Amino acid sequence: MSDITASGEALPSGKNVRELVHQSLGRRHRQETIFKSMGLVAILVALGFVAILFSIMLTKGLPAFWQANLHTQVYFDPDIIKGGPRPVQEAGQSDADYRQQDLAWQRQVTLSNWNAIVEQTVRDVAPDTDAEKRDILAIITSSARFKLRDMYVEDPSLLGQTVPVTLLASADADNWVKGKLARDLPDERQQLSRSSRDLADQLLADGDITFDFATHIFTNVDSRSAPASAGLAGAFMGSLYMMMVVIVLAVPIGVASAVYLEEFAPKNRWTDLIEVNINNLAAVPSIVFGLLGAAVFINYFGLPRSAPLVGGLVLTLMTLPTIIIATRSSLRAVPPSLRQAALGLGASRNQTVFHHVLPLTFPGILTATIIGVAQALGETAPLLLIGMNAFIANIPASPLDSATALPVQIYLWQANENRHFFEARTSAAIIVLLGLMIVLNAIAIVLRTRLEKRR
Amino acid sequence: MDIVQDKTAETAKSTPAPGTSDPGKRIRVSTRDVSVFYGEKQAMFDVSIDIPDRSVTSFIGPSGCGKSTFLRCINRMNDTIDGCRVSGVVELDGEDINRPDLDVVELRARVGMVFQKPNPFPKTIYQNVAYGPRIHGMTKNKAELDEIVVSSLQRAGLFEEVKDRLDQPGTGLSGGQQQRLCIARAIATRPEVLLMDEPCSALDPIATAIIEELIDELRENFTIVIVTHSMQQAARVSQKTAFFHLGKLIETGDTEQIFTNPKEQKTQDYITGRFG
Ligand SMILES: Nc1ncnc2c1ncn2[C@@H]1O[C@H](COP(=O)(O)OP(=O)(O)OP(=O)(O)O)[C@@H](O)[C@H]1O
Ligand SMILES: [Mg+2]
Repeated sequence: MSDITASGEALPSGKNVRELVHQSLGRRHRQETIFKSMGLVAILVALGFVAILFSIMLTKGLPAFWQANLHTQVYFDPDIIKGGPRPVQEAGQSDADYRQQDLAWQRQVTLSNWNAIVEQTVRDVAPDTDAEKRDILAIITSSARFKLRDMYVEDPSLLGQTVPVTLLASADADNWVKGKLARDLPDERQQLSRSSRDLADQLLADGDITFDFATHIFTNVDSRSAPASAGLAGAFMGSLYMMMVVIVLAVPIGVASAVYLEEFAPKNRWTDLIEVNINNLAAVPSIVFGLLGAAVFINYFGLPRSAPLVGGLVLTLMTLPTIIIATRSSLRAVPPSLRQAALGLGASRNQTVFHHVLPLTFPGILTATIIGVAQALGETAPLLLIGMNAFIANIPASPLDSATALPVQIYLWQANENRHFFEARTSAAIIVLLGLMIVLNAIAIVLRTRLEKRR
Repeated sequence: MDIVQDKTAETAKSTPAPGTSDPGKRIRVSTRDVSVFYGEKQAMFDVSIDIPDRSVTSFIGPSGCGKSTFLRCINRMNDTIDGCRVSGVVELDGEDINRPDLDVVELRARVGMVFQKPNPFPKTIYQNVAYGPRIHGMTKNKAELDEIVVSSLQRAGLFEEVKDRLDQPGTGLSGGQQQRLCIARAIATRPEVLLMDEPCSALDPIATAIIEELIDELRENFTIVIVTHSMQQAARVSQKTAFFHLGKLIETGDTEQIFTNPKEQKTQDYITGRFG
C-alpha cells in the first residue's frame, strides 16, 4: 500500500492533469473528425456507384417494358382457314378417338395460311399502303399467327367474323418506331425495307400503333423466332426451383452442421481440420462448383442436364459454407453465461441449444440465408457448366425439366445478335433480377425485426 | 493448514457419518483432494471438505481464491468451461458425481446454482422461473406451474415488483432484480442442494434481508452453500464456514468458531480485515 502512495507523487497532480487532458483533447477531436469524414466519403462513393448503376439500368431497361402494339381488326376468313367445323364427340365415340380427331382438325387449322390473315389485318388499318406481304409481315412479330390460330381454336364460332385484336410489333419495328435505329442509314444497312419502315411510321402517326405495357415479359418464355415476344417466365421458374432446392437443402444442412460443430463436437484436430476446409470452401470460385456438379451429379448420378435440380444442388454446395460460417459466428456470439444458466438448471445440451441458444441466432441465420440465397440467385458461371444456358422454349413444369435461370437468361440476351432490341431487354431482365433481390432483402428485414421484437 | 485438512479428512467417511462440528447431521456433499486446473494453471489445490445436510455453509476468502471454481465442482459446471479439468473425488450422498455413468442432467436438477453474475434468459420473467419445473416435468398443469412461479418469486422477494409484468423480458430488470430472478429460478426446481455464488452482491439491505430469510427457511429442508464477501452475512446465515486462500482450503469449522476463535493466522488476518 505504501508503494502506491509513493509512486502516486510521480504522477501529475490536480491542475496539471486538467492541462494534460486539455492538450490531448484537441488531438482526439481531430482524429475523430478525420475518421468521421473518411467514413462519410466512403459511404457517398458507394452510394454514388449504386445510383449510377441504377440509373443506367432504369434508363436502359424501363422502355423495354413498353412495346409497340398494333391495334386493328381481324377477319377470320373462311376462304383461308382450313379444317372445316370443329369435330364434336359423337355418341359411342371413345375419348381417345375423339381427341385424335380433334388434334387432326387442329393440325389442319394450323396449316392454314395465317400469315395471309395477318397481312389482311394490317391492311385493314393501312388500306392504301404500297407494301408487299413480306414487308407487312416484317413489322408484326412472327408469333402473331399463333395468336390468331389460338383465338380461333379457342372459339371456332369466330369463323367469318371480324373482331378487334392487338398484335405485337416485331422487334425490328419496335426498334424503328422507338427511334433506336438511325434513320439516315442507307436501305441496305437497315433491318426493315423502306416500305416496312414507312408503314410502321404511318401506323404510329395514325395512332394504330401504341406502346403498351409488355406483360408477356413476365408470362412468356424465351423465343428466337419471335424475339419481340421473348419473356422471362421460363428463366424465372428455373431460378425459383433452384432457390427452393437451395433453401430446402442448404439451410437445414448448414444450420445443423454449424450447431453440431459449435455446440456438440469435441474441439480437436479433426474439427479444426473441418473448420479450415469449410472456410476454404467458401473461397472456392463458383465455376469450380459447376465442374463438380457436372462431374458428380450429371456424369456420376445420371441426373438430367440443364435441370434446375442439378443447378440447385450445385448452388447448395456453394451456399453451404456461407450459411455454416455465419451461423457459427452467431452461435459464438451467444454469451456462455446463457448456456451455463440453462445447464445449471439441469437442461440437457440439446435443450440448452434448442430452447435458448438457437432462438438467439435466428436473426443471424436468417440474414445468412438471405445473403446466401441472393448470391445463389445471381450466380451464372456454374450453371453454364451444367448446361443451363441451353435455349429452352418451355416453362419447366418440375425441377427435373430443362430450364435456364434469370442471370443466365441475362447472359444469353446480352449476347443476342439483335443488339438494339436485346440491349434494352437485358436491362429489363436485370431490373427484374434486382427487384427480386430487393424483395428478398425486404422479406429478410421484416422477418428479422419481427423476430427481434418477439424477444 | 495440513492440520485442518487432516482433521476434516479423518472425520468424514464416504458413508454418512456425523461430522464433529454438526452432531446429528449427516454429510451431504463431501470432497476429497479436489484440484482444479484451467489449462496448465492449477486453481485449486487438494481441497477436502464435508458439507452437512440441512445447514448453510459459507465459503469466504479473497477475490480470485477459487470459491466460485470450487462451487462449480459440486454440480460439475466446470465441465462446461473449455480447458478446465477437475481431479479428486466429489461425493453427493456418498455417490461419486464424477463417475462416468452419472447423468449430469439429473445431478444439476438436484444441485441448483445461483451464478455470481445474474444470467436471466432473454425470455419473459414468467418463462425464466417456469423453465426448470417445465423441463423436469414437475407440474401437471398450468395452474400448478403458475403457483410455483408466483411462490418462487415471492420467496425471492421479487414478486411485488414484477407481478404486473411477468410477460416482460427478464433481461429488462435492474441488476439486483435480475439477481433475485435468478434466485427464484433456482429455487423453483426445488433442488436438494443449492449453491449460491454471492447471491446478494447487488442487493440493498432490505432485499438482502429477504434473501437471508429465504436461506434460513430453505435450510430446514435443503443443503445450502453460499459464497459471500460479507463477513457479517457469513456470520448471520451460516452454521459452517470455510476459508479459502490462493486455491487452498485454509480452515473450515463452525461459523462461530471461525469468527471468534480461528485456528489459522491467515483466517484471523482475513476476518479482521488485515488483508484481502
Ligand atoms: N474460465 C477460467 N479460465 C481460466 N482461469 C480461470 C477461469 N475462471 C477462474 N479462473 C482463475 O481461477 C482462479 C479462481 O477463480 P474464481 O472465479 O474461482 O475466484 P473467486 O474466489 O470466485 O473470486 P471472486 O470472489 O472474485 O468471485 C482465479 O485465479 C481465476 O483467474
Ligand atoms: Mg467468484
